[in-house]
Amino acid sequence: MTAQGWLQIAVFSAIVVATTRPIGLYLERVYDGRITWLRPLEAGLYRLAGVDPDEDQHWTRYATGLLLFSLVSMLFTYVALRLQGALPLNPDGHGAVVDRQAFETAASFTTNTNWQSYAGEATMSPLSQMMQLGFHNFVSAAVGMGVALACIRALAGRRPGTIGNFWADLVRGTLYLFLPFAFVASLLYVQQGVIQNTSPAIVATTLEGAPQRIAMGPVASQEAIKQLGTNGGGFFNANAAHPFENPTPFTNLLSMLSIFLLPSALVYSFGRMVRNGRHAWTVWAAMASLFVVGVGSTYWAESQGNPLHVAAGVDATTTAESPGGNMEGKEQRFGVANSALYAVITTAASCGAVNAMHDSFTALGGLWPLLNMQLGEVVFGGVGAGLYGMLVMVVLTVFLAGLMVGRSPEYLGKRIGRREIQMVTLYVLTSSASVLALSALSVLAPSGRAGLGNSGPHGLTEILYAFSSTTANNGSAFAGLSGASYWYNTQFGLATLVGRFALIVPVLALAGFLAERRVAPETGGTLPVHGPLFLILLIGVIVVVGALTFFPALALGPIVEHLLLLQGRTF
Amino acid sequence: MPARSHAVFDAGLLGRAVVDAFRKLAPRAMVRNPVMFVVLVGSLCSTIVLANDLVTGRSGVGFTLQIAVWLWFTVLFANFAEAIAEGRGRAQADSLRQGRQLAHARRLAASDLGGPIDILDYQIVNALTLRTGDLFLAVPGDVIASDGEVIDGVASVDESAITGESAPVIRESGGDRSAVTGGTKVLSDHLVVRVTANPGETFMDRMIALVEGAARRKTPNEVALTILLSGLTIVFLLAVLTLEPFARYSGGSVPVPVLIALLVCLIPTTIGALLSAIGIAGMDRLVQHNVVAISGRAVEAAGDVSTLLLDKTGTITLGNRQAVEFVPMPGVSAEHLADRAQLASIADETPEGRSIVVLAKERHGLRGRSLENAQGEPDVRFVPFAATTRMSGVTMSGGEIRKGAGDAVAHWVIEAGGSVPSALATVVEGIARSGGTPLVVAERRSGPAQVLGVIHLKDVVKGGIRERFDRLRAMGIRTVMITGDNPLTAAAIARESGVDDFLAEARPEDKMALIRREQAGGRLVAMTGDGTNDAPALAQADVGVAMNSGTQAAKEAGNMVDLDSDPTKLIEIVEIGKQLLMTRGALTTFSIANDVAKYFAIIPAIFVATYPALGALNIMGLHSPESAILSSVIFNALVIVALIPLALRGVRYRPTGAASILRRNLLVYGLGGLAVPFFGIAAIDRVLVFLHLA
Repeated sequence: MTAQGWLQIAVFSAIVVATTRPIGLYLERVYDGRITWLRPLEAGLYRLAGVDPDEDQHWTRYATGLLLFSLVSMLFTYVALRLQGALPLNPDGHGAVVDRQAFETAASFTTNTNWQSYAGEATMSPLSQMMQLGFHNFVSAAVGMGVALACIRALAGRRPGTIGNFWADLVRGTLYLFLPFAFVASLLYVQQGVIQNTSPAIVATTLEGAPQRIAMGPVASQEAIKQLGTNGGGFFNANAAHPFENPTPFTNLLSMLSIFLLPSALVYSFGRMVRNGRHAWTVWAAMASLFVVGVGSTYWAESQGNPLHVAAGVDATTTAESPGGNMEGKEQRFGVANSALYAVITTAASCGAVNAMHDSFTALGGLWPLLNMQLGEVVFGGVGAGLYGMLVMVVLTVFLAGLMVGRSPEYLGKRIGRREIQMVTLYVLTSSASVLALSALSVLAPSGRAGLGNSGPHGLTEILYAFSSTTANNGSAFAGLSGASYWYNTQFGLATLVGRFALIVPVLALAGFLAERRVAPETGGTLPVHGPLFLILLIGVIVVVGALTFFPALALGPIVEHLLLLQGRTF
Repeated sequence: MPARSHAVFDAGLLGRAVVDAFRKLAPRAMVRNPVMFVVLVGSLCSTIVLANDLVTGRSGVGFTLQIAVWLWFTVLFANFAEAIAEGRGRAQADSLRQGRQLAHARRLAASDLGGPIDILDYQIVNALTLRTGDLFLAVPGDVIASDGEVIDGVASVDESAITGESAPVIRESGGDRSAVTGGTKVLSDHLVVRVTANPGETFMDRMIALVEGAARRKTPNEVALTILLSGLTIVFLLAVLTLEPFARYSGGSVPVPVLIALLVCLIPTTIGALLSAIGIAGMDRLVQHNVVAISGRAVEAAGDVSTLLLDKTGTITLGNRQAVEFVPMPGVSAEHLADRAQLASIADETPEGRSIVVLAKERHGLRGRSLENAQGEPDVRFVPFAATTRMSGVTMSGGEIRKGAGDAVAHWVIEAGGSVPSALATVVEGIARSGGTPLVVAERRSGPAQVLGVIHLKDVVKGGIRERFDRLRAMGIRTVMITGDNPLTAAAIARESGVDDFLAEARPEDKMALIRREQAGGRLVAMTGDGTNDAPALAQADVGVAMNSGTQAAKEAGNMVDLDSDPTKLIEIVEIGKQLLMTRGALTTFSIANDVAKYFAIIPAIFVATYPALGALNIMGLHSPESAILSSVIFNALVIVALIPLALRGVRYRPTGAASILRRNLLVYGLGGLAVPFFGIAAIDRVLVFLHLA
C-alpha cells in the first residue's frame, strides 16, 4: 500500500461526499416534477402512451406497470437479437445471437444486471448495442430509481395509500437524469480518446506481421450510461480494462464517480423527502463504513501480493518502476490501488463493470467483492436498487431494535407490523435462496462443473460469485467460469429475473403497506433511527444477515483457499 | 397492593411442567411454533439415523446417540419453558377458583320486566343454571353466584377472592357501584342481582382462562416476530441443505446428524423456545399486579401508549380538597375566623369539613368539639349542605354560621341585612386563581350578618406523582389530566403535579373527542374509568382500564380491569407492556448473535477432515470435531433452560428514553449474545473431554 494509492482513494471519496448534496437536491426536484426543460417531449410521451403523470398509483398498479413494461421490453430485445443478422447497421455482419444467449442477454439487460456470456465486439452489431442494450441501460436504471422513489414516497406519506406513478418516474428519470448526465459523460470520454463510431472493425498488421482485428463501435455513449445506470455491461469483452473503454486514469476516475454519484446522492434526497436528514446521513454512513472497510481490506490483500511469488523471490514492494502487490489480471495504467478501488465500487454499487479480472485477485481480495454482492448490494448499491435494498435492511433493524426498546416497532412513524415483516422476510429469503440453491445445483450437476476453469475452492468461488452476481443484478464476472452453455445461460437468466422482480414486488408491497399506515408522531419513547448506536445496529444486521447465510459456503470457497494458499497450495 | 408473586421455580410446579413438556410433544401442538417444530423433525430424523446405525452396527454410535438425546432435550426444554409459564398461571387461577366452591343460588321467580319483586319468592337452584337476565337474591354469607348488576338493595361485599383486599366494599343499586362479580361474598344486608353473564362467560371464568393461558392467542407483534423467525429458519435450512452439495464438491460429505445439529444450532431456537413463555408470563405479571387483561393484544398496546388520560381526582390528587389556610376579613382575627369555621364544620362529615376542623386545631390550638359538647354555645344544630342554598353551617340559640360558595354566602349576608366587604372579592379571586377553592364563612348574631373570612380549600397532589410523570415523560408518554374543574383551577393543579396537559370542565363527550383527536394524530391512548359514562371512552381508548369497583358497563367497555381499583396503576401497566416487548426483542437479538460463535465451532469441525487448513477457524481450541459439534448442541439446549427465569421475569426495565434502553439492551443481549457462547461452548467442550464423552 502506498500513500499515493490512499490519496487516490481519498480523492475519489472526497468528490463523492462533495457531490452528494447538490446532486441529491437535483434528484429530488426531478422526481417532484419540478424540472421541466424537456416539458414538450415529456408531455408528448405521456400523451402517446395515454398516461396521466399526476395520477398516484396504488402499489399493485405501480407493480403491474413495471412488470408489463419490463416483460414487453425484454421480449422486444429477445426478438431483435434473434433477428440481428437481418437488421441494418451491422457493418461486421454479425449473425443472430443464439437463443440461450439472446434470452440471457435480454433478461440480464432488462434487470439492470448486464451479465454477459458473449464477447460484445464479436457478437453485437452497433444497432443491437444502441437500440437494445443501450435502451435497457437507460430504462432499467430509471425503473430501479422509480422503485426507490416509491419507497421514499410511502415513508414520506404525503398521499396516503399511493406510492407515485410508474410511468412518470420512468420518463422523468430517463429524460432529466440519465440522458443529460450520460450526454456530458460521453463527451468527456470521447475527449479522452474513447471511440464513438459505427465503422466496421479495422484489420491491422502487428509488428510480428500477424493480422489483428480491432473492433470499432459507439463505445463512449455506451460507456457513459453503463456506469451511470450501474449496468456494467461492456462494449468489449474486456470491459473497462479495454483501452478503448477506459483509456486513461481520468476516465477511470470518471467512471468510478459515475457509478457512485447517483446512489450516494439518492440517500440525501431520501433524507430531504422524508424530512429526516439525520436518519438519511446515518444510512449513508452505514454504506460508507462498509465501503471504506471493503476498500481497505481489498487494497491491503492485493498489495500483499501472492505469498508464493514472494517466497519464490518476487519483490512485491512498490517502487518507482514496479507497481508491486498482486498485478496478475490488472492493467499497468491503473495499478493495485485503482484496481482494488474499482472492484469494490463496482460490486458495492451493483454495476459490474470491471477494470481488472477479479478471478486473479488473491483469495481475500476477491472475497470482499463477493461479499458486497451477498450483503444484498446495499453499499450504495445500484441506482435505486441500493437504497430500496438498504431500506429493507433498515426495516428489519427497526423491527428488532424497536422490540428491544419496548414498543411496537415504528419506522419514521410508520408501524412495522405483520404484513411489512412478511415482505421483508420474503425479500431476504428469496435473495439467499436464489444464490445458495442455484449454486448447489450447479456444483452437483456435471454440466455445471463442466464450465469451471479452476478446481477446488477457487472453482466453488467462481460458481458462488456467478450466482451472487446475477441474483444481485451486479453482472460482474469472476471470470474463469465459462457461462456460455444452455445450463448456465438459462440459470443465470433466471437468477437475474428472480433477483430483480421477485425482490421488487415485495419491496413495492412493503412500500404500499407503509403508505397505508398512519404516521405516529415521534416521542421520547420512539427508537431513534439516527446516530452512532443505530449505525452500529444497522451494520450489524446487514453483516449478520449476509454473513450467517453465506458463511458456510464462503468457508469452503475463498476462506479455505486463502488458508491453503498460505500452506502453498493453489487451484 | 397485595402482590401475589411466587418463586420462579417451585417444586410442585416443576413436577407438573416436566410431565407437560412431554405431553406438548404432540405434533399438532408443535406446529404452532415453526422453529421448534423444525427441531422436533430434526430430533426424529436423528433418532431414525441412530436406529439405523445400531442395526447396521456402524461405528460412532455414541456420538449420534448424544446428538439425538440433546436434540430431544432442546425440544423438551422449550416445552418445559412454556409449561412452567402456564403452570404459574394455573397456580394463580387455582387461587382465584377457591372462591368459587359454590353450588347454589337463590333464584327469584319475578323478572325485572315489571312489578314489585318479592324477595321471599325464591328457589334454591344450581348456580350453573343461571342465565343472563335471571334475578337472584344474595343474603349475608352467600357467595354471589354470577356476574351481575345490583337492581335492589345495598350490601357490603367481601371481594378479597378477586382483589386480595380484605376490606369490604359497598355494592348498591343504581350509580357507579352496582356491579357485582361472581365468587365474591355478601357480608351484610341483601342484594337483588340481575345476571349479566352465562356460566363459563363470567368475568371470573374469562379471567381464569386467561391466566391459565388456555385462551391465549398470539399478539400482533408476536405474529410478526414468528414470521421473521420462520423466515430465518428457512434461510438456515437452505444454508444447511446446500452445504452437503458444496461439501461433496469439495471431496467430503457431512453425516445427516451433523447437518441436523448445525441446523438446530443456527435456527433461532432460543427465542423460538421462549416466545410463548414470555407472552404468558407477561399476562401473569399483570395478574400479580391485580390487573386482568381481556387479551394479550391489550398488554402489547399498553407498551405502545403515548398518551395517558388520567382523572384528576383519585389519580393525581388525593380524593378530596383540604383546608390549608384561613384568610380573615379586615377587622376579624384569624383565630376568631378559625373558631367559627370549626364550629360550622363540627358536624360536617365531608372530608373538606373534617380538614377544616383539623386545620383549626393545628393552627390555633382549637380542640375539636361536637354538637353535644360545643363549649359556650348551647343548642347547636347542624344545617347540612343543600344544593338549593349551596351552603352548610350551624344554627345556635345565639345566631347562625354559614360557609359556602362566595356568591351564595354574600347573598345570604345581604339578605340578613349585612354588607359584603370589598376585600372579599379580591381574596376569593386570588384563591381561585391559585387553583384553590374559596369557602366563605359568615356569621349572624343579634344584628346584621358579617363576613368573617375565607377558608382556602386546596386539592392536595399525591406525593411522588411528579416523579412518576417525569418517568413517563422520559419514556415518551404524555400525560393529560381530565377534570371537571374550571381551567384556572385545572391549570394550577397541572402546574403543581407536573402533568403535561389538562382538559378542564371535561364532559364525557369532551373526553371522547380528546381520545379521537389523539388517535387521529397516530397516538395510542390509555385511560382509566369506572362510571357508566366512561364506557364509550374506555371502548374508544386503545387501553381502557376499568376499575373493578366500577359499573358493569365500564368493565365490559374496557380491555383491562384493575381489581384494586387504583387508577395510578395505569403506569405499571404501561411498564409491563413495554417489558414484555423488550424481553422478546432482547432474546431475539441474543439468539441471532449466538450463531456467530456456533459457526466458529461447527464449520471447522465439519470440514477439517476435507481441509485441515480450516482448523485455523477453530479459535475456541475445541478438542475434536465431535466434541465441538456436541458442545454447540448442548450449549444451545442449556441456554434455553438458563434463560427461562429471564423469560418469566422479563428483562430489567428502567423508565428512561428509548436511546438509553437500546444502548443497554444492545450491550447486554447483543454483545453478550456474541460473546457468551464462545465461553460457554469452550467450557462444555472441556467438560465433555473430562467426562470422556467426546
